[in-house]
Amino acid sequence: MNEPIVLQPDETFVLNVGPQHPATHGVLRVKMTMDGEYIYDAETVIGYIHRMHEKMAENRPYTQYLPNLSRLDYLSAMAYCHGYVLAVEKAAGIEVPERAEYIRAITVEMNRISSHLVWFGAFVLDLGGFSPLMYAFDDREQILDLLEAVTGSRLTYCYFRFGGVYNDIDDDFIEGTRRFIKRMREALKMYRKLVTTNVILMKRLQGIGPISVDMCQRYGATGPVARGSGINYDVRRNEPYSVYPEFNFDIPVYSECDSYARYNVRMEEMEQSLRIIEQGLDKLPGGPVNPEKKPKTIKLPPGDYYSAVEAGRGSFGIRIVSDGDKSPYRLKLRSPTFSNMHLFDEACRGMLIADALAFMGSLDLVIPEMDR
Amino acid sequence: MIIDTVKDRLRELFPSVPEPPAAENADEKPIQTEPAVGFFDRSYTERGYHLDVKLLPDQLVTATGILFELGFFLETITGVDWIKENSLEAVYDFSRYDFDLCRIVLRVRTPRTDPLLPTITGIYSGASWHERETHDFFGIVFDGHPHLIPLLLPEDADFHPLLKDFKA
Amino acid sequence: MTLTFINVVAAVIIAIAFVAANAAYLVWAERKGAGFIQRRPGPLENGPWGLLQPPVDGIKLMTKQLLIPGGVDKIIFVIAPVLAMFPTIVSFVTIPFSETIVAHNMNIGLLMIFVFGSMSAMALLMGGWSSRNKYSMISSVRAVSQAVAYEIPMLITTITVVLIAGSLDLMEIVGKQTGGFWHWNVWPLKAGLFNILMPVSFLIFFVCSLAETNRAPFDLGEAESELVAGFHTEYSSMGFGLFFMGEYANIVIGACLTTILFLGGWDCPFGLFPGVWWFIIKIYALICTFIWIRWTFPRTTIYSLLNLSWKVLIPISLFNLLLTAGLLKVF
Repeated sequence: MNEPIVLQPDETFVLNVGPQHPATHGVLRVKMTMDGEYIYDAETVIGYIHRMHEKMAENRPYTQYLPNLSRLDYLSAMAYCHGYVLAVEKAAGIEVPERAEYIRAITVEMNRISSHLVWFGAFVLDLGGFSPLMYAFDDREQILDLLEAVTGSRLTYCYFRFGGVYNDIDDDFIEGTRRFIKRMREALKMYRKLVTTNVILMKRLQGIGPISVDMCQRYGATGPVARGSGINYDVRRNEPYSVYPEFNFDIPVYSECDSYARYNVRMEEMEQSLRIIEQGLDKLPGGPVNPEKKPKTIKLPPGDYYSAVEAGRGSFGIRIVSDGDKSPYRLKLRSPTFSNMHLFDEACRGMLIADALAFMGSLDLVIPEMDR
Repeated sequence: MIIDTVKDRLRELFPSVPEPPAAENADEKPIQTEPAVGFFDRSYTERGYHLDVKLLPDQLVTATGILFELGFFLETITGVDWIKENSLEAVYDFSRYDFDLCRIVLRVRTPRTDPLLPTITGIYSGASWHERETHDFFGIVFDGHPHLIPLLLPEDADFHPLLKDFKA
Repeated sequence: MTLTFINVVAAVIIAIAFVAANAAYLVWAERKGAGFIQRRPGPLENGPWGLLQPPVDGIKLMTKQLLIPGGVDKIIFVIAPVLAMFPTIVSFVTIPFSETIVAHNMNIGLLMIFVFGSMSAMALLMGGWSSRNKYSMISSVRAVSQAVAYEIPMLITTITVVLIAGSLDLMEIVGKQTGGFWHWNVWPLKAGLFNILMPVSFLIFFVCSLAETNRAPFDLGEAESELVAGFHTEYSSMGFGLFFMGEYANIVIGACLTTILFLGGWDCPFGLFPGVWWFIIKIYALICTFIWIRWTFPRTTIYSLLNLSWKVLIPISLFNLLLTAGLLKVF
């Protein structure tokens, strides 16, 4: 404890960022070898909140695993539940009423907006601007109130069931959502004026943290990280699932490869999600939200199944290996942040620490999802 | 279609298997009766992937190299413990960024007693964490991995929780 | 004026009281201002409009344990927060609030303020270095390079004003600006002197005082998302409290200096009722601008900050100095 700070022979020193650090947004640790304020090398250490969700799946029936899914990515929990129910329904051959699929798409997109809002606030906070966080949380509160009325929870939703949803939406929800769309469009305009076009912000993000297409391929980056590097990849479009083919929406793609591109992708995604919600409300069919007959115990035929959805942070995949029992033989969760974060080590070399932490923010990390 | 290109390229790896049975139905023919190596079409609507490639460990790097050249990205690496057959299986999921939708699964088996597989980190840098995770959970040693220390488990962990005979 | 012992004691006590009250209530104003900007109420619970929040915060800070981590350089670690607070208090002694309200006017008042002002950078260096924490270390290195970079344009700009006033005496500098806002140094149309760069100088001075006081968007020293809390990471209790109060006291000094040098001190904009109230209004208007800027902009990086100073502010202020000197010679 009492010896002086040791400099390596090449005059670098090790800076331990995390596990408790304001910029890591959770329990993440990066061992940075620094040369002054420049990063010479970095090694990311994860696993501080590893909970072994995959082992839990092997020990319980398919239905009882539903709540676990929302504990992975607590910010866009809906998309994870969606991925799981889609995987099981596909394998077990359960029919889903159309209304239920529409409700799922609407709630998932609302959850995506709320997730991006938290990212927006936290990201600008990383850059030292505190106020946008409060504005973002104010808007997010509206979504949480709406979703709470329907799903019964505000963060860790367990709303989807195999074959449908837990609760039908009512007129209050539809009306409230339409009000919210209007409000959110105004808010997005304000964010553009206040934050997106701010000179300091642009200077800090443009050209910082380049991720090439090659790097994306080597690391399997998906979601806004890939789309900020000019890769037009969105599971909703490339591999249409649920009722997404019915909607008319764009996939924002920026080819600048820098943090500002990723920032813009997410900001535009919120607008596109609003479009999807609006169309979903317009097209919402009547009918039941749960199938009339559904097997009591869900058993998947032996074999393995893969299913992917577009979560807030990228492609969330789920691989179920079944031996015909009522619980999975092996269940693998493919988390997008896991792959996205991995490229940080390589990409941050030679960056200033301030830029590296802004770059880390632009990857949109949710640590529980990475550690599973 | 990219899937045909992949098949053509993979055929070089399996000279002994003349022509794989096309569009095999998984329900009629259980997996166990399939040959141990080769590639098999799968129904995308049922299984969620298009091509199932079963490999020997020494073919893995070559097959991965082919997929990398053809522009696939690595989705994930999964381990499965087939305790009854006394083997561990590593499953590699690949997908594409473009609209030529094609999901490919590579499978390699290794004995449970001394699990050893070659690493693919030389081709896909992102495999590093996936392989470390698989090493954590199943104890599969990836030969040639530059930094095979526990990732998600504590750094002094000497157990492999996803093995079927693991007791907490 | 004879300088007796009692005079000095009284002056110091008043200065300390003024600084402490200002620092405490600036924190409250900052939080209220932040709340206003962020659509939330801000401090609310203690007293009306949360007005009792500062004393409560003070009590909390004072009752906390003053922790000295193992391995730190104890003497310097303890001296540093005192050194952060002390020069600002001394600086107040010579600041004239009005023609009559000044603790002790000196003919080199301006020089004294800058001498003591540069000591606060040393406090940050000592605090950060002695903490034996890599984040604090990086932070103090940043703070020093920032202080050096921004003191130069600030001093050059000040010399410009000194040239115009012909004195280092703060009373005299204000005295030259009396008689309505068109006489203030900030305006280019000064009698017989058409220096169009004066508003630019004012902006340079303002930016420099933002940077000198480590305020956002130049708060690189305590960039909380990068360096945890910068130089005061290891400080607890009143050690932290003194750094904190020193920062706010520095803001007041910066606002006072800007007012005296550019905004005519206690002079009324319309030549009516000059007095201490104008001075107070001006400094608090400036402080509100400080707060407004802090809660609006994201932070810059250290390199763009230094680039701004060395490549933009210093050349402009040097050119302005040259121009002013030339104009003074010609007219």
